Amino acid sequence: MENETGALSRVAGLFSARGYNIESLTVAPTEDPSLSRMTVVTSGSEEIIEQITKQLNKLIDVVKLVNLSEDEHIEREMALIKVKAVGEAREEYKRLADIFNGRIIDVTEASYTIELTDSGDKIVEFIAAINADQIIEIVRSGVSGIARGEKSLHA
Amino acid sequence: MELTGAEILVRSLKEEGVKHLFGYPGGAVLHIYDALYQQEDIKHVLVRHEQAATHAADGYARSTGKAGVALVTSGPGATNAVTGIATAFMDSIPMVVITGQVFTNMIGNDAFQEVDSIGITRPCVKHNFLVKDVADLAETIKKAFYIATTGRPGPVVIDLPKDVTAAKAEFNYPKEISMRSYSPVVEGHMGQIKRAVTMMLSAQRPIFYTGGGVVLGRGAAELTELVQQLNYPVTNTLMGLGAYPATDKQFLGMLGMHGTYEANMTMHHCDVLIAIGARFDDRVTGNIEKFCPHAKIIHVDIDPSSISKNVKVDVPIVGSVTNVLQEMIAMLKEGDKKPDEQALGEWWKQITEWRGADCLKYDTESGKVKPQQVVEALYRETNGDAYVTSDVGQHQMWAAQYYKFDKPYRWINSGGLGTMGFGLPAAMGVQFAHPDATVACVTGEGSIQMCIQELSTCLQYGLPIKIVALNNRYLGMVRQWQEFFYDGRYAMSYMDALPDFVKLAESYGHVGMRIDNPADVDGAMEEAMKLKDRLVFMDFVTDSEENVYPMIPAGAGLNEMILV
Repeated sequence: MENETGALSRVAGLFSARGYNIESLTVAPTEDPSLSRMTVVTSGSEEIIEQITKQLNKLIDVVKLVNLSEDEHIEREMALIKVKAVGEAREEYKRLADIFNGRIIDVTEASYTIELTDSGDKIVEFIAAINADQIIEIVRSGVSGIARGEKSLHA
Repeated sequence: MELTGAEILVRSLKEEGVKHLFGYPGGAVLHIYDALYQQEDIKHVLVRHEQAATHAADGYARSTGKAGVALVTSGPGATNAVTGIATAFMDSIPMVVITGQVFTNMIGNDAFQEVDSIGITRPCVKHNFLVKDVADLAETIKKAFYIATTGRPGPVVIDLPKDVTAAKAEFNYPKEISMRSYSPVVEGHMGQIKRAVTMMLSAQRPIFYTGGGVVLGRGAAELTELVQQLNYPVTNTLMGLGAYPATDKQFLGMLGMHGTYEANMTMHHCDVLIAIGARFDDRVTGNIEKFCPHAKIIHVDIDPSSISKNVKVDVPIVGSVTNVLQEMIAMLKEGDKKPDEQALGEWWKQITEWRGADCLKYDTESGKVKPQQVVEALYRETNGDAYVTSDVGQHQMWAAQYYKFDKPYRWINSGGLGTMGFGLPAAMGVQFAHPDATVACVTGEGSIQMCIQELSTCLQYGLPIKIVALNNRYLGMVRQWQEFFYDGRYAMSYMDALPDFVKLAESYGHVGMRIDNPADVDGAMEEAMKLKDRLVFMDFVTDSEENVYPMIPAGAGLNEMILV
């Protein structure tokens, strides 16, 4: 979409005004600084998704819209997970991070912060593998998506 | 040569062919008013409230098809304009509204008369712009008019900080504009049009259901040609009245909640529904589960998001109504297949039977002034050729039912948002666009008081609007629902302490009349119409408990109407 002030609020406003779900939303400028790329994760029946697509396309600032779920695509999300890490748990979290291809990026005597970049599902699995009361805090970036192969939003 | 932002604005409006600007001055727009003062091409109309500025611009647009333009100041000027902007948005009316804004370096500081106009109007505009650099101003105005008037039209707001109107830039008004993110589809898909025509010809019980899109898309002539080519029945929505001549025998009247029995029954029993420029609004469909149970549906609309939004359709066609209708007409002429004459004959026979219910008949012996009678008198006295605006409520429905519109752009009402207070300022806009035409505002004693202050504007500009007030001392539609669905508990629907409208009109320098005898209705109407140069406020004291019939109660299907 056009990299204009207010473009983000037009999208966010559309979802709230029409009562659509918005699970996550990420946005940042692209290789062309006049354009931003936004990935929105939403849910709904086929009819609702069709309406969301049409309503988004109607926004003047939206240049192009693709429903990535209709085709093979890659989703990636980054999560930073801060856990209590004392005693045996330190070793266990290290192993768990390795299994999920995560990295421990901050260490104190009593905590680890683990960075994990993967699909949203994998991140959910990872979080589920940690005892809930060991979690200090979690921050997730929201999903960014891209089509597989040579296809792009430009073509 | 460098011009100030204010001068650029005025010059740009001239380039767009703007002749009238409806507005109200204030601190943030003083530079603009100064620039307007020093030219004569654009006539600025001073309203008495910003809501009226937007409604007047809206009425101008609805009666001409061109974009209406309003100018208001920041803060309260902008918030007062919002009702009019939302009204235009719901009915897809092309409009450009310029709102003043505080200095760019003050934005966000809670400055005097500051409001986030862009944020407030975002959900009720087609698009809006905040211009922070005077160098972008001319192009932004070009874009605003382009967006407002193309595709599915709608209002566009330009928020203009005061310092931008003082800053200078070279003035170059773009001749053309193209936007990578906006290019509405005009031409319908030929394969789909072909499928639609085949489906139309295979129909045993067809009906055309057409809406405001045919008026806005200038497709009335094409619609009429196609409908007559096929000899199919046609019904219009509230917004679509006038797109097909109401006096023609193929016209079944309006459909929907207060539509005619024949229109709704024909809809309910049809096997092919041809929807054109209509959006399956809840006031049209009734209970969506019961809507047209036997029908295959063809839907032509310029806005893809209108298609299959409320009702799933079988043949969607995205494109300009006029363009698609022309293709359909041509295809029918070239092809050798004709409608099924025998089936159509039987269908018309059935429709004639439904018509026999005479659903718009009303009691003419009551000794009271009936609102229906007043609208019929207006119709006769104006030879069916007036521009008629309305407010919102019972009187709006009676005007739609009893004034037979043969031409598009003649029936001007707030269908989508249902804005009381719309009628009088809209009539002002219409009268400016058509100075020699008869403009009538059908209203009620409730609605008229929502923008009554505009009687002053009408005096200032000598607007000879004919106000037809159906005064039943009640907020009639509210009262009707309370009678039907709340056991007659008339909570807050009685209008106590009404002004003497005759004296009120006179105090504004207009002519006032009160009519409370049914025998005087025709004479009063005739007398009022003779006063060509004067605004006449006709206060018809009507039967206070008259209801709008027929009616489809909430939750019912189109075949479950309440007749009188």
